[in-house]
Amino acid sequence: MASLNLLVLVCMGYVVLLFLVAFAADRLAARGRSTWLRSPLIYTLSLSIYCTAWTFYGAVGYAARSGLEFVTIYLGPTLVMVGWWWGLRKLVRIGRSQRVTSVADLISSRYGKSNTLAICVTLLAVVGVTPYIALQLQSITLSFATFSEADPTAAYSEGSSVLLVAAGLAVFAILFGTRNLDVNERHHGVVTAVALEAVVKLFALLAVGIYVVWGLSGGVGPMMQRIDASSIGTWQVHSGRWAAITFLSAAAFVCLPRMFQVMVVENDDERHLRTAAWAFPLYMLLMSLFVVPIAVVGLDIMPPGENPDLFVLTVPLSQGREGLAMLSFLGGFSSATSMVIVAAMALSTMVSNHIVMPIWLSARGDGASVSGDVRSVVLLARRISIAGILALGYFYYRLSGGGSALAAIGLIAFAGIAQILPALIGGLFWRGATRTGALVGLLVGFALWAYTLLLPALGSGLLSQSVLQDGLFGLHWLRPYALFGISGLDPIVHSVMWSMTLNAATFCAVSLASFPSPLERLQGAQFVNVFEHSAGPRGWTGSVAQSEDLMIMSQRILGAGQAQDLFQREAEAQGVRGHLPEPTPAFLEMLERELAGSVGAATAHAMIGQIVGGSSVSVEDLLAVADESAQMLEYSSQLEVKSVELSRTARKLREANEKLTQLSVQKDAFLSQVSHELRTPMTSIRAFSEILRDADGLEPAEQTRCATIIHDEALRLTRLLNDLLDLSVLESGQVSLNMRYGLLSDVLDHAEAAALAGADSPLTVQRHRAGEAVQLQSDLDRLAQVFINLIANAQKYCNADQPELRITVQVTDGNAVIDFIDNGRGIPVEAQATIFDKFVRLRGEKVGGAGLGLAICREIMQRLGGNVTYLADRGGGAFRVVLPVAGRVAA
Amino acid sequence: MDRHVLLIEDEPNIIEAIRFLLTRDGWSVDTHSDGADAVEAIRDAGPDLVILDLMLPGKSGLEILRDLRALPETEKLPVLMLTARGQSRDREMAERAGVSRFMTKPFSNAEVLTAVRDLLAQASQS
Repeated sequence: MASLNLLVLVCMGYVVLLFLVAFAADRLAARGRSTWLRSPLIYTLSLSIYCTAWTFYGAVGYAARSGLEFVTIYLGPTLVMVGWWWGLRKLVRIGRSQRVTSVADLISSRYGKSNTLAICVTLLAVVGVTPYIALQLQSITLSFATFSEADPTAAYSEGSSVLLVAAGLAVFAILFGTRNLDVNERHHGVVTAVALEAVVKLFALLAVGIYVVWGLSGGVGPMMQRIDASSIGTWQVHSGRWAAITFLSAAAFVCLPRMFQVMVVENDDERHLRTAAWAFPLYMLLMSLFVVPIAVVGLDIMPPGENPDLFVLTVPLSQGREGLAMLSFLGGFSSATSMVIVAAMALSTMVSNHIVMPIWLSARGDGASVSGDVRSVVLLARRISIAGILALGYFYYRLSGGGSALAAIGLIAFAGIAQILPALIGGLFWRGATRTGALVGLLVGFALWAYTLLLPALGSGLLSQSVLQDGLFGLHWLRPYALFGISGLDPIVHSVMWSMTLNAATFCAVSLASFPSPLERLQGAQFVNVFEHSAGPRGWTGSVAQSEDLMIMSQRILGAGQAQDLFQREAEAQGVRGHLPEPTPAFLEMLERELAGSVGAATAHAMIGQIVGGSSVSVEDLLAVADESAQMLEYSSQLEVKSVELSRTARKLREANEKLTQLSVQKDAFLSQVSHELRTPMTSIRAFSEILRDADGLEPAEQTRCATIIHDEALRLTRLLNDLLDLSVLESGQVSLNMRYGLLSDVLDHAEAAALAGADSPLTVQRHRAGEAVQLQSDLDRLAQVFINLIANAQKYCNADQPELRITVQVTDGNAVIDFIDNGRGIPVEAQATIFDKFVRLRGEKVGGAGLGLAICREIMQRLGGNVTYLADRGGGAFRVVLPVAGRVAA
Repeated sequence: MDRHVLLIEDEPNIIEAIRFLLTRDGWSVDTHSDGADAVEAIRDAGPDLVILDLMLPGKSGLEILRDLRALPETEKLPVLMLTARGQSRDREMAERAGVSRFMTKPFSNAEVLTAVRDLLAQASQS
């Protein structure tokens, strides 16, 4: 009898071997001598983690219970590998070009880098995979237990051994899964160890099978007879279950986190898939070759009631073949450990990347930049996640109490993981798939799966018996095993049908109804059309880059001086002679950052890409460039608008300023004029009053003369002040008009009398009274003021020998037109334009006035709704007054 | 000693006042009231002193002064300038143009007399 101690020893030795293999592989990879480590063979063997302890031990048990149905577990992946290898190639290409780290990352990345989706997928994966890990732990303890039964001397504790195994696996996964933070998330050591384990488990199963066929049954012929004789041999094909389980295993093969890890993330070369497409089905064929013989022989020779799951172990043991049993045990151990290690790694990546890190970053509050600090945090998060996942598996195992409840959990886990499939496939092939659609589909599928399969399977603790029989809330159509009234189906078939159908349907429907964000559309195009423009990983490897070209481009963007400095510094740092450094990846990245500061990250990347030539410019690059250009355009057009606004404002300000300056000049000129007009009479008054005061012996006539001048000048001052006040009132518009009815002839009579009164004037005024009978409504006093002014001007300035003023009146278009024309020489042409301005006097005319009279006339006529103009070419001085007859008066 | 003053001014009452004042002080006073031909009038009359109004019809007193200073025979002719515009800029410009004395209207008679006497005394000394 094999002693348990020996088994433990062998086990430990095997684990040490795995450590050494993994360590050596990592060392080789680090030294760059990893070519054989990355052969298609290793890749194919690493895929064998699909075959867990559940398949190693469980397939035989499955066959013993349900006949050939176990084949479906192998059939699904085979169909995928053979019939859908092009789809896998697409998945691998996307995974590499997008640097996907896990299946959750893939889904999140496809749907606009949505972390919500990533969290959903991660949680789904944890829920689905934890029982699976518990299953592996159980298989190890069961196999230990089998040996310990055979060795009554050993003191064996089941609980502690599971704990030890779980802890050991955690240490292994942490050591080789999180040794460093490789950008590619590739783990050569682990993959090599997994490949070794794949060989061990295949070898063990084949050895047991050969022993059973040739050692126990006596060759192929007798074996076939035994199979025919047993119940397994008869075909009992339950077509629904076959289809459902084949589908499930196919879906799980693609969606399971650990499968994604080895198939996509750890993939080194797409071409390996070609080998794997035939080699992996062959591996599974070999794995399944002896399942039926072992089951048949086990059922034959083992006592009834023996667990068929352990036939692989118990059949050799019962025949005293301890070495073979030991080998078989190692095969099962390998299956379990490789699955747990890779699954823990894959899950920890998801948990740390999508749950722990976001929480940590938001808890820190500041947008932590990538630094060594963050790297160590990521690694710590991974390690804790691995330990946490294995702890979950352990506690699940303890809580479920082991036993048969676990045996069925493999398929249930498959069904849960398969819920990712619609979002995954849709994301790869349908550009219209949206984040919301994926999220809703996933949640619907997950909920249905949990309700119809997971919760009932966990026993009555979670779903009461009444719910199972009568449905939730007593609603009959909500019975978990007969949803919507469809009963009589196998639970697996039932659950898969409902969850997958509704998952896919809601995914499609919501995708069609919702609108993808720009990033989603971009990523969608990237994923669906990955073969058309996979740019490869970002980052420069260009040894073919032309430093000269880079220099020229940099000069254009950074300016000659700065670019030369930059290149010079780098050349010195590299120890290169001359001013052009080698285009090392580090330098190219530095240059890209430098250029990005000027032209934007995407443009800089595209420009360097063009010159280095190592990578073509992808659609993503171009879109990003377009995006940046659009932003810059937008910014510059905003600037342009602002600049136009500013210049418009500036022009307005300038205009206002000019106006103010002009007003100020006018005001200065006016004040200066007023000052002059006031000072001039004051000068005479002061001079003559001082003469009167100071000069002795003035003649009485002289005294009178002085007094008269003083008096005249005082009157002139008064007139000036009156005129100024009058003009000020008129100009400010504060004048109040006294509108009255009256005859034009009366106003003219009054004006003529007033203008000529007291003056010994030779001026004769000629009027046609018949035409003057015009009824007016106006301020007659103001009108008279205008007339007086005009008549007085004629009187003052008409230089004819016999001065004569003709006043004629016409009425046209409701206006009275009154002309005042004298027979003098008139106003010189050059002065005609300014005679209505203030303080304008004709040259040489010094007859007392301050030059305000005509300005006042013009203001008055404007107030009265008419005007006064000078008529040129009428022979003499000629003024025309136009006045509305019916009293249309401006305010 | 020749005491001949030419007064160029367009305001009749001011002409009368200054003429009265200077005549009583023993000067011979000629007057001219147009700016345009004032320079010719001065050259023709050849006065010992010119009293010049700033604001004249035809040509401003400032221009007349500049013309005088540009001519050799009137280069050093004493010019007393009067203005009714109370702006300091006028004084500056007149001083730059070489005015001998600048007075703002209304002036006191004593000031005018003193200025005329001073200017003539200076002219005869130099």
